Amino acid sequence: MNDVEQNTNPAQVKAAGVSIKDLRKSYGSNEVLKGISLDVRPGEVVCLIGPSGSGKSTLLRCVNLLEQPNDGAIHVGGFEATDPDVDIDKMRRKVGMVFQQFNLFPHLDVLRNCTVAQTKVLKRSQDEADKIAQANLDRVGLGHLSKRFPDQLSGGQQQRVAIARALSMNPELMLFDEPTSALDPETVGDVLAVMRKLAREGMTMLVVTHEMAFAREVADRVVFMDGGVVVEEGVAERVIGAPQQPRTQEFLRRVLDPTHIEVAED
Amino acid sequence: MAMTARQRARVSLYVQAGIFIVAVAALILATDWKTVGNSVFNFGKIGPMFPGILVTGLLNTLIYTALGFAVGLSGGLLLALMKLSSFPLYRWIATGYIEFFRGIPALLVFIAFGYGVPLAFGVQWNVTIIVMVSLGMVAAAYIAETLRAGLQAVPKGQTEAARSLGMPQWRAMVTIVIPQAFKIVLPPLTNEIILLTKDSSLIYVLGLTASQYELTKFGRDGISSLGAGLTPLLVAGALYLVITIPLSLLARKFESRSARTKR
Repeated sequence: MNDVEQNTNPAQVKAAGVSIKDLRKSYGSNEVLKGISLDVRPGEVVCLIGPSGSGKSTLLRCVNLLEQPNDGAIHVGGFEATDPDVDIDKMRRKVGMVFQQFNLFPHLDVLRNCTVAQTKVLKRSQDEADKIAQANLDRVGLGHLSKRFPDQLSGGQQQRVAIARALSMNPELMLFDEPTSALDPETVGDVLAVMRKLAREGMTMLVVTHEMAFAREVADRVVFMDGGVVVEEGVAERVIGAPQQPRTQEFLRRVLDPTHIEVAED
Repeated sequence: MAMTARQRARVSLYVQAGIFIVAVAALILATDWKTVGNSVFNFGKIGPMFPGILVTGLLNTLIYTALGFAVGLSGGLLLALMKLSSFPLYRWIATGYIEFFRGIPALLVFIAFGYGVPLAFGVQWNVTIIVMVSLGMVAAAYIAETLRAGLQAVPKGQTEAARSLGMPQWRAMVTIVIPQAFKIVLPPLTNEIILLTKDSSLIYVLGLTASQYELTKFGRDGISSLGAGLTPLLVAGALYLVITIPLSLLARKFESRSARTKR
């Protein structure tokens, strides 16, 4: 089997786990993560839910060190992320990241968006990188748009390109930071479909999301965070379908049925 | 009596037009047209300026400007990166440099490099090098601030996306941020070239040989040799416009293009 095939064959997904121990993160005197512990097994899909400001995005961004934790330990696929001597760039190659705002490179066309890191970081030849990028664009259903520029695509298409861009680096773990929150409602489904497919292929996924139906269907586990701590976690069906903690119940009531909230008197 | 908005607008137009006509009339009446004809618009006597002012003057102005811009752009990029550096000493040096060279007249810089450096170090640079360095060092200060603003205008998410793909900081800068920053600063950068084109005239303070003359020097020379009054300067001025107006149009084109891609 040649390299290209190996890099693009979805059946070959090599998945890494994540282990987070007592993670703390503060901005000044404001502690946003107050000792979070969370384990994600290789191939597992974990959704992080919770109100805004609960620290779920910060937690996600700590995993690939876009935020520097103050205390605690993170292990990602054989790397100790919190070790001061860790090779951050090498570690990040194993971790794909998808942002709420897509963050495609606007000066590069879709194909170059997916090849630039392959050639500059992994030192793949342009030819090989093109093939891998094209295969991943096909995988997210956008192979025919490889010559477009990001501003010529809809939000949903941009987000799918962002996923293909991350996949082209052959990550062993994918982080999704509210991937559908900035999308027009009619394009959300396409992005979720790609993520669902990825989950089925065995990718380890850590997803911050407000899409409860998606979490319920795709996630192996759901983690509810509030005020910088994990309030409740467990099988998706149970946490979303039959939450035990009052804070989880309150949050889900607001998210699942926003039209029936009474005006609070205070 | 109350006026409608449309009536008020019309009266305002009439008043503005009236002021303009009065001002132009006053200017025409106050001008000594005979003298002006002899010493400003005396095109009959400027023949000897050609073709020298074109093949030497215009060309040298373009060369001096291009060299100054090349130095200014590379120096400006270096200073902009220093100003954004996490190492405080670099930030201080860059800030000091920028404040100094933006704060003193470019003329003093030309004199410093034309006369001060030879005195201090006993080296005699040729004119081209002096222009390149003087113009470039002044330009670098202005361009640095323009580029810094451009670099900071690139959304932080771009760097985050690049770093997430395993790019080291310098690689994210070179491959992702700087190309986007240049696109943003293309219009102001074009304006910098216009300023440089005009500043290249300051070379007149140095002793020039005939082959080193640029537009302004040709104009000044013409004043003393042709007996056409200030007419030669008018010619030189017109030739500056030949360079700067197309640049202006180019800047405007860049501006509308970047406005369009931003949507």
